Amino acid sequence: MSMRTPLKSARNLGSAKEGADHFWKQRVTGVANVFLGLFLVWLIASLIGADHATVKAKLANPLIALSLLALVVSGTIHMRLGMQTIIEDYVQGEFGKVVALMLNTFFAAAIALASIFAVLKISFGA
Amino acid sequence: MVQLTLPKNSQISRGKSWNRPEGKGKWKEIRVYRWNPDDGANPRIDSYFIDQEQCGPMVLDALLKIKNEIDPSLSLRRSCREGICGSCAMNIDGTNTLACLKGLDEVTGPVKVYPLPHMKVIKDLVPDMSNFYAQHRSIEPWLKTDTATPPTEWKQSRPDREKLDGLYECILCACCSTSCPSYWWNSDRYLGPAILLQAYRWVIDSRDEATGERLDNLEDPFRLYRCHTIMNCAKACPKGLSPAKAIAELKKLMVERRV
Repeated sequence: MSMRTPLKSARNLGSAKEGADHFWKQRVTGVANVFLGLFLVWLIASLIGADHATVKAKLANPLIALSLLALVVSGTIHMRLGMQTIIEDYVQGEFGKVVALMLNTFFAAAIALASIFAVLKISFGA
Repeated sequence: MVQLTLPKNSQISRGKSWNRPEGKGKWKEIRVYRWNPDDGANPRIDSYFIDQEQCGPMVLDALLKIKNEIDPSLSLRRSCREGICGSCAMNIDGTNTLACLKGLDEVTGPVKVYPLPHMKVIKDLVPDMSNFYAQHRSIEPWLKTDTATPPTEWKQSRPDREKLDGLYECILCACCSTSCPSYWWNSDRYLGPAILLQAYRWVIDSRDEATGERLDNLEDPFRLYRCHTIMNCAKACPKGLSPAKAIAELKKLMVERRV
């Protein structure tokens, strides 16, 4: 049984003095994703039934390629931040939490890198 | 991971039936959570039958009638019996509320009474509020100033005073905090809606000079940002307040001071 006072436990290690940055980034990427997501829907709809050469030509357009890259960056940051929140909410053990947070970052980075590579490869005409 | 099932020693069994209806009257069944730390037994649900014609209209009236006339071993907190002290907060008919403000007739069928959810139980309907009160103490809920104390009162304009409406009425009954899933999972680190509403009450007070220090103390992924706008707090509050709105205002101030 702990003999610490309730106030000692409530104060714990003190405030991390951060969290607003996470909150703000989640909102900024959320807003960006609304527009970039709509762009992706439009892009896919406009390419329905198109052949490989048409798709390659479309993605060679710098505006299209840059928008897709923006979606990848914004989307994966948003994904990582959201999953981080869920892990912090539900994973109780400190060790498991740290491991899960690391894996979350690795996963988001892997998705981002692979997606960026794919867009660049198609865009530069592989 | 979050624990969704009760441990074996917390599983609830069916308990005794007290004062079965006899003769005429308007009988109401009250099912009450019972747990005694001294007998080593699991919690149980006891049924008490009350003749409403011989009892006051509120759930608290029924619980006090049970304690006074049927089963004196029942433990509960109560004081003002008019919704201002917050002592008789408990879970009635699936909702956290004050027993003194909940009418027996508002509940169809048996009235199910449990202690506030996800709190350690001391006995029966009495939860351990130590952590909740310590969290309240940790936000330093008093006026903090560096300017020399004026010879009379600290002045406050009417518009500034009005900013405290919807906040000062909080009676710290903990109905909101104990209805919040985020508080259930992380009550050791998340301050919860009641304490954050109180924190905002001091942040927004025009007379308080420690606003930045207070925000520093709150800016933490766990203390503040476990709130995900679930809104159970606003639904549960027996005083009709919105802790969720106070928390949203705190989050806005956190952004405002950095962009």
